[in-house]
Amino acid sequence: MFGKLTLSAIPYTNPIIMGAVAFMVICVIAVLGTITYFGKWKWLWTEWLTSVDHKKIGIMYLILAAIMLLRGFADAIMMRSQQALAYGSNMGYLPPGHFDQVFSAHGTIMIFFMAMPFIIGLMNCILPLQLGARDVAFPLMNNLSFWLTAAGAVLVNVSLAVGNFSRAGWLGFAPLSELHYSPGVGVDYWIWALQISGIGTTLTGVNFIATILKMRAPGMTLMRMPVFAWASLCTNILIVAAFPLLTVTLGLLTMDRYLGMHFFTNSLGGDPMMYINLIWIWGHPEVYILMLPLFGVYSEIVPTFSGKRLFGYTSMVYATMAIALLSLIVWLHHFFTMGNGADVNTFFGITTMIIAVPTGVKIFNWLLTMYRGRVRMETPMLWTIGFLITFTIGGMSGVLLAEPPADFVLHNSLFLVAHFHNVIIGGVVFGIFAGITYWAPKIFGFRLNERLGRASFWCWFIGFYVAFMPLYALGLMGATRRMDHYDVAAWHPLFIVAAIGAAIIFAGIILQVAQVVVSIRQREQTRDLTGDPWNGRTLEWAIPSPAPAYNFARIPVVRERDAFWDMKQRGVDLKSSTFVPIHMPRNKAAGFIIAGCAFVVAFAMIWHIWWLAITGLAGVLVTLIRHAFDDDRDYHLGADEVRRIEGLHGRVQARSM
Amino acid sequence: MSNDPVLMQDGSLALKPGYADHAADALRDLRQRGDAVDFEVEHHHDVASTIQLGFWIYLMSDCLLFSGLFATYALLNSHTAGGPAGSQLFDLPNVLIETMFLLFSSFTCGLATLAMNADRRNATVGWLAVTFLLGLGFITIEVREFAHMVAIGAGPDRSAFLSSFFTLVATHGLHVTCGLIFMAVMMVAVLKKGLTPTNRARLVNLSLFWHFLDIIWVGVFSLVYLFGVAH
Repeated sequence: MFGKLTLSAIPYTNPIIMGAVAFMVICVIAVLGTITYFGKWKWLWTEWLTSVDHKKIGIMYLILAAIMLLRGFADAIMMRSQQALAYGSNMGYLPPGHFDQVFSAHGTIMIFFMAMPFIIGLMNCILPLQLGARDVAFPLMNNLSFWLTAAGAVLVNVSLAVGNFSRAGWLGFAPLSELHYSPGVGVDYWIWALQISGIGTTLTGVNFIATILKMRAPGMTLMRMPVFAWASLCTNILIVAAFPLLTVTLGLLTMDRYLGMHFFTNSLGGDPMMYINLIWIWGHPEVYILMLPLFGVYSEIVPTFSGKRLFGYTSMVYATMAIALLSLIVWLHHFFTMGNGADVNTFFGITTMIIAVPTGVKIFNWLLTMYRGRVRMETPMLWTIGFLITFTIGGMSGVLLAEPPADFVLHNSLFLVAHFHNVIIGGVVFGIFAGITYWAPKIFGFRLNERLGRASFWCWFIGFYVAFMPLYALGLMGATRRMDHYDVAAWHPLFIVAAIGAAIIFAGIILQVAQVVVSIRQREQTRDLTGDPWNGRTLEWAIPSPAPAYNFARIPVVRERDAFWDMKQRGVDLKSSTFVPIHMPRNKAAGFIIAGCAFVVAFAMIWHIWWLAITGLAGVLVTLIRHAFDDDRDYHLGADEVRRIEGLHGRVQARSM
Repeated sequence: MSNDPVLMQDGSLALKPGYADHAADALRDLRQRGDAVDFEVEHHHDVASTIQLGFWIYLMSDCLLFSGLFATYALLNSHTAGGPAGSQLFDLPNVLIETMFLLFSSFTCGLATLAMNADRRNATVGWLAVTFLLGLGFITIEVREFAHMVAIGAGPDRSAFLSSFFTLVATHGLHVTCGLIFMAVMMVAVLKKGLTPTNRARLVNLSLFWHFLDIIWVGVFSLVYLFGVAH
């Protein structure tokens, strides 16, 4: 009846896990209780959960990502403290099997359920506004994408309480992830969580490419788009190009595990190295899927806070495109040690090093934008400068790793771990915080607290160096990654320093939580009434904050790059006297229901509850067909209503034409 | 004023009179004047042309999915692990008949599109029904081939070659099955509501999907079956 699922799947005996589960359950009950207490269920369902408004979906992505950042960071703290303790006779507090789950969950969560939702959330919140569009191309599919991602995230967290998570690392390398070596449900949780969220991400890619190509305001040619829109275009092309390969790779592993096939097994002709190739053919573009949008964010922030237009717009666009293309032909540098021979390794080593060239172009463009500008050191700019320094260091250690002879020594050492955290924290995470601080007035309607933001930046910035510079040294001293215990006396002090660094970052995160709380409480003082708090340059600042549901009461006509700056230079009046009805998509429950059914399918497949899996699949199909026959999809927001909403923001011209 | 917006029959807004003819002029004029336009240039979300672009992008992503499976097959097709090879298993005449079912279904799908363009509702549904039956025939032959192979001990768990064979061909078959469901839904929709703009847009997507599966099958037939027998 319930497949492999029995009550013994819940790890009662493990106090650490049960503590975490208890904490999670208390949080969930607290949230549900609060909603019930205030009678907000109906409002939550109609205004948010079923919303097809890209801005609300974006905010839901950001909330999901923030929660998963806390979860993933809890894993990081556990690893750092374990490694600070587990030297010599001390075995630390995490047994190897648990430690393996912790690092697998950390990587999976941070990439798929922290970084990805953050960047897709930012794109949702800002991209249509920058394009002068009223919505994304497919609003309901956008809602579905979000819920598929959320379903994957929930699945990872369920694995904590019911069963266990994968012990095979964040990429589940075969043959370790095969049934023979990982017989439990852990790898299955990993597979299905990634599979359903990956499909959601592919749909996002389709949606945003169509949005960028078809829905730009009149006059906004491709070469007049903001750089963030360009970066998003490249990212989404990479998503559509790479994610199908993830789907295939996970699908083949599923065939091996469920139907006894032999794609990646050690027996009957299977080829484990094919898995490593396939997963990295997706995995390396994924790195740039994460990085490129943040390059776009920095390219918006630097000109705004330097009071100058971006230096080298065209070279920035070409550099972004070049990185996107090159990212597809470097995957093999992740396994130079596989034995590909000198020629193959040389090819991939060189392509990898070439990526440093367009990236260097970008760095110089940002520096030259700041040069002789009036640089305002607001929090977003602080994050940006922190990024410029940190990312450059990380990039250089990357070039070092791109050389096969050096890689043979450093492969799978902590040097590698230091390198990719250097670029991901210094590049992606700093960029996310910079972007959220920068666009918070547009997204939420008020600025975030400046003091706490700065304090948090310094904790993150200093904490990062204290936590990860020792790992470079440890890597050169021979420490490998993913150790739950070691016996080398010389390593111990450095691991302790790294743990201190993690604690400093933790302080930064606490300050950020405080920043959010304080900012919400003081929102009346920091409310953005102008719609343009930073003296911005792009179209999102041309409309009120937070953006009304239809974004633009009048679709702007674009004449230049930095369209809003151009409008301000010409003294264009943002107020309007005539209003027209606006065509709006209607909120629908279909996305939520389909993703819910997908969750049921995934959970049933993990526990081999076949009847439930079939029921879930039928649910997906029935919902899709019912939606196909649903004609009540849109409505017109009346001109009077538009006038009323614009009036609230002081955007109505008193005198009629 | 002459550029007062009016609500058109399809729900979009336009300038009167004759906005479509003068759209370019009006836009140029507005651009010279400056700032913003007081009308919608077009429906913004879910317009037919955008849906079609989105569907094309999806098809390209699906194409990449198949590329992964083809690459896997290319690597593993010699990994028979002492089991049967393609040349011992494939029944070429049978596969040729199967192929003809799918190729003709593509042809009749094209006829359905022509009937749709000629506003002939019943003919559209009729050709879709023929396409459906041909597709069903294709799936039936495929399932019988699979069942036969499993029965003689050449199932997907026998060797890496057979794993990649079954996965590639069955993934295509699964797509065809989804296409059949899509087609059945569209037949009901067209019978119920006629050739509405929404149904037309979906029929175009359906035919794109169906022809796409045909192209993939040509790849499967050549790379898997023809090469397999030649080996």
